[in-house]
Amino acid sequence: MRMKKLVSLLALVAVLALGVAGTSAQDPVELSLWYHGAGNDAERSVLVSIIEDFNASQSDYVVTLEEFPQESYNESVTAAGLSGDLPDIIDVDGPVMPNWAWSGFLQPLEIDETLLENYLPGALGYWNGDLYSVGLWDAAKAIFARQSVLEANGIRIPTLDEPWTLEEFDAALVTLQETGEYDFAFDPGMAWTGEWYPYAFSPFLQSFGGDLIDRETYMGAEGVLNGEEAIAFGEWWQSLYDRDLAPGTSQDGADRETGFIDGRYAIQWNGNWAALGALDAFGDDMLFLPAPDFGSGSVIGAASWQFGVAATSENPEGANAFIEFALQDQYLADFSVATGLIPATTTAANLTENYAEGGPLSVFFQLSAEQGLIRPPTPGYVVMALEFEKAMADIANGADVIDSLDAAVDAIEDDIEANSGYGF
Amino acid sequence: MTMVQQKPENTVSNGLTLQQKEEITGWLMALPAMLLLFTFLLLPFLGAFAMSFTNQRLVSPNPTEFVGTSNFVDLLSLRIFTLEPVRDETTGEVVRDEDGNIEYPRLRTFTRNNPEYPQLDGMQEWRSWQTGETRTVLLATDVLFWTALVNTVIFVVVVAPLQGGIALLLALLINQKLMGVNIFRMIYFMPVVVSMVVVSLLWRFIYDGQNGLLNSVLSFVTFGLFEPVDWLGNPETAMGALIVMSVWQGVGFHMVIWLAGMQTIPQSLYEAASIDGAGAWQKFRFVTMPGLRNTGILILIVITMQAFSLYTQVQVMTRGGPVDATQSLVYQAVIRGFEQQNIAGGSAISVILFVIVLIISIIQRYLTRERSA
Repeated sequence: MRMKKLVSLLALVAVLALGVAGTSAQDPVELSLWYHGAGNDAERSVLVSIIEDFNASQSDYVVTLEEFPQESYNESVTAAGLSGDLPDIIDVDGPVMPNWAWSGFLQPLEIDETLLENYLPGALGYWNGDLYSVGLWDAAKAIFARQSVLEANGIRIPTLDEPWTLEEFDAALVTLQETGEYDFAFDPGMAWTGEWYPYAFSPFLQSFGGDLIDRETYMGAEGVLNGEEAIAFGEWWQSLYDRDLAPGTSQDGADRETGFIDGRYAIQWNGNWAALGALDAFGDDMLFLPAPDFGSGSVIGAASWQFGVAATSENPEGANAFIEFALQDQYLADFSVATGLIPATTTAANLTENYAEGGPLSVFFQLSAEQGLIRPPTPGYVVMALEFEKAMADIANGADVIDSLDAAVDAIEDDIEANSGYGF
Repeated sequence: MTMVQQKPENTVSNGLTLQQKEEITGWLMALPAMLLLFTFLLLPFLGAFAMSFTNQRLVSPNPTEFVGTSNFVDLLSLRIFTLEPVRDETTGEVVRDEDGNIEYPRLRTFTRNNPEYPQLDGMQEWRSWQTGETRTVLLATDVLFWTALVNTVIFVVVVAPLQGGIALLLALLINQKLMGVNIFRMIYFMPVVVSMVVVSLLWRFIYDGQNGLLNSVLSFVTFGLFEPVDWLGNPETAMGALIVMSVWQGVGFHMVIWLAGMQTIPQSLYEAASIDGAGAWQKFRFVTMPGLRNTGILILIVITMQAFSLYTQVQVMTRGGPVDATQSLVYQAVIRGFEQQNIAGGSAISVILFVIVLIISIIQRYLTRERSA
């Protein structure tokens, strides 16, 4: 009895092993893809169509999609990286990419460079001279305002060539606040805690002439984040809240979403993803204006979500092939139509109604191309972002400007030191 | 299989006495819980303890190194430093600004890259006060940690007696044989069942600075005289707002424990007291209070520990702000460990918190011990 059982078991194992070996020669290799946009149906349908097209276009690879909610996506990838369970293709937020590349989560991309010639610089993720990630879109910010409101108050409408100066912008806010028609003249978006602060407000700092870190060395922030220009920015920032021109950190998320459209805020600092809603509300009266030039030119943040290849991927050729496949203008345009984001190439922009030349949102394409500045491409950015956010919130809440900036500089430099310079 | 013989029931096998057998059964029954406690409580704590002596990062290609006690030194270092006023070089007189305030040299000139004061390097001002012409500054290497520590202690010191006291009051109110008293019990207990995250979100609307419920109600009852306050956006009111909301949320749970304690007091004691002519207050003072002694100890310890782990409210409602008014130790530990990727720093805060709670529990146990007459 026993002997017989053993033999049949062995035979079964042998058959199974043969079977697996036999089929694996023909079956396509599975590539996993992680995406941050769980719950966003518009993005999902475009991504799924790209994956289906790719899977149908060749027989070597099959891409499978796993989605995560954005709030917990970075933590999920970090946890997977620590336990060695990364997927083949990783979706990564532009400013976080250097941290993941440095941590050994990502490997440099190997895709045809000619595909990237026409690209918006913000959609390309370079670190240490290597391309680690590439995005199908970028995002841009603008000042949202209504033509009728500005004209009624005698405020000049700025252009890309001649944006508002600090004095002009500040005077405009005071004028609008004095009309008494608005809860606040300006809504910078303090309710959106997290990455919004460095993404949206560090360009103001850069336009004043400061920065988060010395971009020559990436080793220190002394004199940059707490230099004269930065202090001037901090004092102006604090004055916005002291003079009740802007809602502070306790702003409610719902007010942020609807305050401008409901007419409770006169001017709003917002991203192009909110542009379609504003256009629906105000139509031709709606203006998307460039960021003010606070002294060193207008600046807006660049770089959004991008695709990279995991360092642990056993099939990097396949992962690279998928990313190359996804970079077709048609897909860039599809994403833009579905989400309102800026297509990463001019040729793709021309395929869309909103971003084609003369389209209602084409101004964002110009803004992104001309004023986009990526957040410091260093693994230490993660901590810089947190310290900058804290400083901005504290200053808005009345903390001493110089002390707050000094504290941020110290914390950023301590972190760089604790990480042996992050490879710089 | 054939070695072991079937034995009749109730006899002792393998040479074990009945008592030994019961002991083994007891351990076996405790085993699952102990295993879980070990895996999810003791092991992570030992891990945190070990990591707090290293420079462990959440993610990093750099190797982890043993750094001794430097994480704790960085957290706990305090120094007193005296600033002399700026004096006019020719007259030697103290320089004053337009408002007549004495001018001092900038502290940062001493605490940053100053070879004459290496012991002050990297320190920041935590508190300062003026005595005569000199200004004395209390410096800390990690001001944020000290702020969080003080905030947490304030939270505990206010919440523990307040929550325990109000819970006792509510328990007395609903420990009566009235029609529909169960409805009140349910209402008071409801906030406990709702997740703290949900409660925090709801109270954010209540505290809203412009059209929040609290401001509307206050303005209504004062016939519009009350100026709306941005409860969570103002450093002076934010911690108070968190305390009120936390007490409200947790009070029902402790009310139920008080209630359970009250119902273990034999009715005959109250009857005997009535016969002796005791009034309501005397019954409470000499029958209820002594009967609730052990319940009270339990509640005090539980509230203290819960209050020390203040986190959810801070995370959802204020994120430590405004201007660090609501920073707490656990919030700082989480922020450092998982957002700033500094696992070693977060672990060190956890270890310090553990030691603080341990000491306080021991003191509480000592003060509330059974005193033999």
